[in-house]
Amino acid sequence: MAKLVMTEDETMLADSARGFLDDKAPVKALRDLRDAGRTHDADLWREMAQMGWAGVLVPEAQGGSDMGHAAANVLAAEMGKTLAVSPFLSTAVIAATALRQVSDARAEKALAAIASGDATYALAIDEGNKFAPDNTAMQARAEGNGFRLSGKKTFVVDGALANRLLVLARTDAGLTLFDIPADRDGITRNRQNMIDARDSARIEFDDVQATGDDVLGQVDDAMSVLRPALEAGQAALAAEMSGLAAGAFGMTVGYLKERKQFGTTIGSFQALQHRAAHLWCEIEVTASAILNAGRMLDEDPDNAALAVSLAKARATSTAQLAVQEGVQMHGGIGMTDAFDMGFYMKRARVGAEWLGDYGYHAEIVARERGF
Amino acid sequence: MQSEAELEGFRNELRDWLEQNCPDEMRDGQNIETAICWGGINWKFTSEAQKQWLERCAAKGYTVPTWPVEYGGAGLSRAQEKIFHQEMARINARSPLESFGIWMLGPALLHFGSHEQKLHYLPPIARGEVRWCQGYSEPGAGSDLASVQTKGEDKGDHWLVNGQKIWTSYADKADWIFALVRTDREAPKHKGISFLLIDMSDPGVETRPIKLISGASVFCETFFTDVKVPKHQIVGEENRGWDVAKYLLTHEREMISGGGQGLQGGRALGAVLAESAGEGGLTDATLRADAMRCEVDALAIGMTLERYKDQAEAGTGAGDASAMLKYMGTELNKQRHELLMAAGGSDALEWDGPLGDRPADWLRTKANSIEGGTSEVMLSIVSRRVLGLPG
Repeated sequence: MAKLVMTEDETMLADSARGFLDDKAPVKALRDLRDAGRTHDADLWREMAQMGWAGVLVPEAQGGSDMGHAAANVLAAEMGKTLAVSPFLSTAVIAATALRQVSDARAEKALAAIASGDATYALAIDEGNKFAPDNTAMQARAEGNGFRLSGKKTFVVDGALANRLLVLARTDAGLTLFDIPADRDGITRNRQNMIDARDSARIEFDDVQATGDDVLGQVDDAMSVLRPALEAGQAALAAEMSGLAAGAFGMTVGYLKERKQFGTTIGSFQALQHRAAHLWCEIEVTASAILNAGRMLDEDPDNAALAVSLAKARATSTAQLAVQEGVQMHGGIGMTDAFDMGFYMKRARVGAEWLGDYGYHAEIVARERGF
Repeated sequence: MQSEAELEGFRNELRDWLEQNCPDEMRDGQNIETAICWGGINWKFTSEAQKQWLERCAAKGYTVPTWPVEYGGAGLSRAQEKIFHQEMARINARSPLESFGIWMLGPALLHFGSHEQKLHYLPPIARGEVRWCQGYSEPGAGSDLASVQTKGEDKGDHWLVNGQKIWTSYADKADWIFALVRTDREAPKHKGISFLLIDMSDPGVETRPIKLISGASVFCETFFTDVKVPKHQIVGEENRGWDVAKYLLTHEREMISGGGQGLQGGRALGAVLAESAGEGGLTDATLRADAMRCEVDALAIGMTLERYKDQAEAGTGAGDASAMLKYMGTELNKQRHELLMAAGGSDALEWDGPLGDRPADWLRTKANSIEGGTSEVMLSIVSRRVLGLPG
């Protein structure tokens, strides 16, 4: 396996991404969107597409930059640092990975639309309050040559902004994944007012028509297409959360160095020093798991389950520790809406739940390790 | 850099060699205290197989695979070393030899020693003929190690050493000791220390074992009374011993952090727990949840160790990573043994009971976060050097 060191290309990608995001998508951009009641910045996404980010996992033949999962994770981590708002995970990572599992003209066209920034996707998978794809109950009833979809999906991240939906539904002998336009008749999308101010919807499907062409991969066999997409998404989300942790940590250490109480900077107090040092250790250890997950997805994707779940579990616990320490060490100001730390805390909570929480992924680690 | 094909060739060759040379008794993966081969002048092999295994590995340089061939190693690259550990783990081979000479003095000598010193001291370490111990801590110099008071008076061709060391692991069994000795009492505390190599059989060297909570006596007090140490038995420059000590501490910390073995190659904690929980496996929900968390952290820390080794090889530097690894690894190991004790229930409460050394091993881990620098010292190092907070 390739080494667990960032390559020169990856370091350059991170540097250029950081420059762009600090300029175009700082935390203030998220704040401004929230205050304006918006969850999407179409211009920002277009610029990301022009830089090749939307097509990070799209083959060059379809106009993508095809940089691979480790690179996608680098971008996600940088976006996490500034809490950049974009459909990157849903579209460029999850949908693109799903579409790449299918080699037909329709999938190629869809991939090209992702790379150009025209197509935005959301994955409609959850039905209950926890991630549990195997328990999917939503029905896709066979009718003639096609299907009728009926049921409800919840926590569809980017579900209100997306122009296409990947929908997981139960068919006769298993689960089937559909790729349909978000405005098809019978679909009702309700954008929810999320704690992290990002895009998410509850979606109702009322006898929605789908053809055989709308099926991604094989009927009754969603997982051969969806499993790689979920793993790619989980790893990139883990990367985003590790970036989030690093962002919150940077603010916190900065504050420890500048805030004065009892006539000295609070960073000179050992009680705080040791907690900050512990947090740094956790962030470092998690960074290894993220790097490893990217390498596995690029080099041995069929055996990446352990690496991905390890990354998501670690990133979840680390991000949660980072934001809790972040608020606590900032004292009163950390509690105010005017200060940015709260945005990190709320995004960490959403990230913790999306695509499987700590317990879900720790179970996979346990299973993979034989207990 | 070796090509993939060259590395595969190395792997196949090594696999054959291991197949033919590793005795069956040495393929049980045991790494507990009583199964370790420490070597030394007075070493009593526990079996003929242990002796054979050491001799065969030593002849190939496999006791210290990355050391240069001329000093008793096999001269393996980092990529080959990875393969070496993978292949050893594949057949569950025991380590042929462990010692403070391998972990600590060797790396320090390779970095600071003269060619003559390397030729003189390293091959006997590699062959398991000389056993070393470390003389660092003193009753008044624990976490504040640079306060060592053991003094070395300049007597022309030698130093006259007087003083006391404590927590010297296996000093009663060691042949030589590497020790921090104050050779300049006027200089600031970090600037007056020399790194001396002392023969434990010299007149004036005495050791006294300290009984620990685990019942074992791995640590000793070591006393020096008018011990004459020839001038050539110094590593690095006079009064610059702190540089050597610091360098060596990083190796010690990596070693205590659990190294590549305990944390990743080893069996999953949950599997071990399930076994000792008895019939029905790991049914205790709290224990299982704790074990999962421990497993997640162990795997990630193991990867971090790999990452830092890769970084060190790529020349991007691991910085003060050893403090982090030492802190995270030892705290995790303590947790791990707490869970092993919980899983064992009352069976784990008997010395030499059904679970053998489990209670002793559990108590031994309590020293992990103290020896080689406490967890609190590690956090202070990270705080000061990595985070730049005021020291």
